[in-house]
Amino acid sequence: MAEHELPERQSPLEPEYHPGSHGNFEHGVDVILSETRPGSILQLAAWPGEEKQLIEIIGKVTGLALPDGAGGGVSNGARAAFGFAPGKFTVVDEAEGLAAAFAGAITPTIGTLTDLSHGRTAIRIAGPKAEWVMAKFFAIDFALPAFPLGAGRSTNHHDIFAQIQRSGPDQFDIYVFRSFARSFWKALCHASEEVGYEVQ
Amino acid sequence: MLITCPYCGPRDVIEFTYQGDGNRERPQPASQDLDAWNAYVYDRLNPAGDHNEIWQHSGGCRAHLRVVRNTISHEILSTAFARGGHKTESRS
Ligand SMILES: [Zn+2]
Repeated sequence: MAEHELPERQSPLEPEYHPGSHGNFEHGVDVILSETRPGSILQLAAWPGEEKQLIEIIGKVTGLALPDGAGGGVSNGARAAFGFAPGKFTVVDEAEGLAAAFAGAITPTIGTLTDLSHGRTAIRIAGPKAEWVMAKFFAIDFALPAFPLGAGRSTNHHDIFAQIQRSGPDQFDIYVFRSFARSFWKALCHASEEVGYEVQ
Repeated sequence: MLITCPYCGPRDVIEFTYQGDGNRERPQPASQDLDAWNAYVYDRLNPAGDHNEIWQHSGGCRAHLRVVRNTISHEILSTAFARGGHKTESRS
């Protein structure tokens, strides 16, 4: 099967990705920034009336119990899924090849599948000041009661569209267009300087 | 100005794009009724008060919405998905 393997993916962040502690970290590092580099990032969309069917398929293929409802989501470390628009879902897997697993399951009468694995970059921000830094970027409520664990949000930062999932009480995964990812990453690093940050 | 998206919840107006007057009736594509096309393209109520509008949550979930906005106070009186095709009730 070696002939079917895709070339090794390069990170768009690489020239600006500097592992180690940065900024005002003398009193401790308050956020950790990293690129999670999932193998699969998919966008699934259901035709009107087929949403529940699609949620069921996501459950069958990934084993994730995706809650119904606006922005509902779930993550288990290796895999994640969340709603980002009516009838539309982002599904992520550490491993490559998730699109193939869905290919037979999502029939043309149910909806569509778009493989964005090479089109999006996944950035994780974690730590006690993650909410604080995120609130400087996006005009949405990041408090846990308003943005529960696993939930997803669609918003943007200066026209850079972002899908955000809360993957932990103090942790967010941000999906941005690959072509804007380096610029977004640099801005996120600058915004994290005041609290002290570590790139892993 | 905050618009409450039925999917995303309250969001700043900067995330939305105005798509025009929501009172317009588009004639059937094959229609040769020039008065109807003229009205669709040019006639606007332009009320000083509640106004039916179409907005898109372009910086969020990207859904098209029916919004009733007061043109004097900018108060948003109601929001709903435009998909259903039903006009929001308005006094204008
Ligand atoms: Zn929305």
